[in-house]
Amino acid sequence: MNNTHLPQHISKQFDNELENVRSRVLSMGGQVEQQLTDALNALMKSDNELSKAVLDTEYEVNAMEVSIDEECTQILARRQPAAGDLRLITAVIKTITDLERIGDEAERIAKMAIDLADKQAPRSYYIGIGSMGNYVRNMVHGALDAFARMDPVAALEIAGRERGADSQYSAILRQLITYMMEDPRNISSALDTIWSARALERIGDHARNICEYVIYFVEGKDVRHISLEEMEKEVKG
Amino acid sequence: MRTERGRTHAMDLNAISRKFGKLSLEEEKKCIRVKDFNLFYDEKQALSDISMMIPEKRVTAFIGPSGCGKSTLLRCFNRMNDLIDSVRVTGELRLHDLDIMDRHVNVAELRRRVGMVFQKPNPFPKSIFENVAYGLRIQGVRERRKLDEVVEQSLRSAALWDEVKDRLNDNAMGLSGGQQQRLVIARAIAIEPEVLLLDEPASALDPISTLKIEELIYELKTEYTIIIVTHNMQQAARVSDYTAYMYLGKLIEFNDTNTLFTKPKSKMTEDYITGRYG
Repeated sequence: MNNTHLPQHISKQFDNELENVRSRVLSMGGQVEQQLTDALNALMKSDNELSKAVLDTEYEVNAMEVSIDEECTQILARRQPAAGDLRLITAVIKTITDLERIGDEAERIAKMAIDLADKQAPRSYYIGIGSMGNYVRNMVHGALDAFARMDPVAALEIAGRERGADSQYSAILRQLITYMMEDPRNISSALDTIWSARALERIGDHARNICEYVIYFVEGKDVRHISLEEMEKEVKG
Repeated sequence: MRTERGRTHAMDLNAISRKFGKLSLEEEKKCIRVKDFNLFYDEKQALSDISMMIPEKRVTAFIGPSGCGKSTLLRCFNRMNDLIDSVRVTGELRLHDLDIMDRHVNVAELRRRVGMVFQKPNPFPKSIFENVAYGLRIQGVRERRKLDEVVEQSLRSAALWDEVKDRLNDNAMGLSGGQQQRLVIARAIAIEPEVLLLDEPASALDPISTLKIEELIYELKTEYTIIIVTHNMQQAARVSDYTAYMYLGKLIEFNDTNTLFTKPKSKMTEDYITGRYG
């Protein structure tokens, strides 16, 4: 674990196992990030081929989740990790669940992209989605980066951005409600768009969860279910 | 909101296992074969119908409660039980093609191929250098350069070289327990055995020395087949590739360590490793 503050164990093999788990989480994260990018591009460009590609790769992410989980179980059984090592393993087990769900949401967006392309929904629907998509994708990237560097301050900053995702979601909702009120024929496409925005909002939540696990691992403090201000006190205090 | 769980194909998981180079027990190269093996001390049966294949260049651990026969089985592999008059055995024990129990086997040669390290470090009351060189001297090696080379190499392999290189002529009895145990391992590997038998090699050592011995075991398995008997099942979980659980002279379960410690097949194994035995 050369790029974190963890000193080496006497057992190099144990170091290798932990490093291996950590790097596989990051490669799973990379895969999920790519799925999200592709799903958003597919949506914005009405590219059904790309949407299908996203749906086709979903099982790879699921398989990674299962196999990392298995590896963590084996480490727990064989090494009885303690303190920081134990927190790392529990953080990893939780992180990959959230990553897998981000993958599920990306898959959902790709399905909506196919529906919306078929319905030839007006471009104006997507304006908010495009910028929200970028915003949320940056959150996921930042959360993974904080995980890679085991940086609680960066994790805190990314977690704080979740509010921005929520307010963008509300704005998209208001915008699309006006379209639906204008013409009931818009309702079907508008709802699909809302579902996509909802998926992005959920992805923001998962990114925040990952940040909380990073803080838990590094600081040993459980910062779930508390306000951002309290979280900041815990990390910087 | 939860979308439906996607498909995870069993096939993909197998592909992932292969990618990480994990072989199943059946796919491993065999080193020692045990077939229908029984052992009696007078009338008392100590081992019953043991059959197993011990894979080459892997660490195999024997675990089980006291008196389950794990040390007895280990001692059969280099015929240490010959020293006990009342022992009688049936069945087959092979090291590659060699029939270990055959009356005509040269036991000294067998023990050169199958080295052993005991619970309590037992260095000879000689210098560190002479301890390691002892086996070679017995084999008639006199050449100083050859001895120097092998002693250094063995001490390096046993992760002891850096600690003792400036005092090779000091008496080995002056080393700490953990160092003595690594010295004994260096002495065992100096004669290039194929198999190393370790009988509770770390149970007399402090936790740090124990971890050093475990790390050493992990490194040695690239060269040697290692069989370790341990009371400490966490140690078996940490160091071994394969684990055998024995109880009352029977082999209850033998499987790769990951499986045995996460989803054992036998209820008895599960009870033992989770501390519900007895």
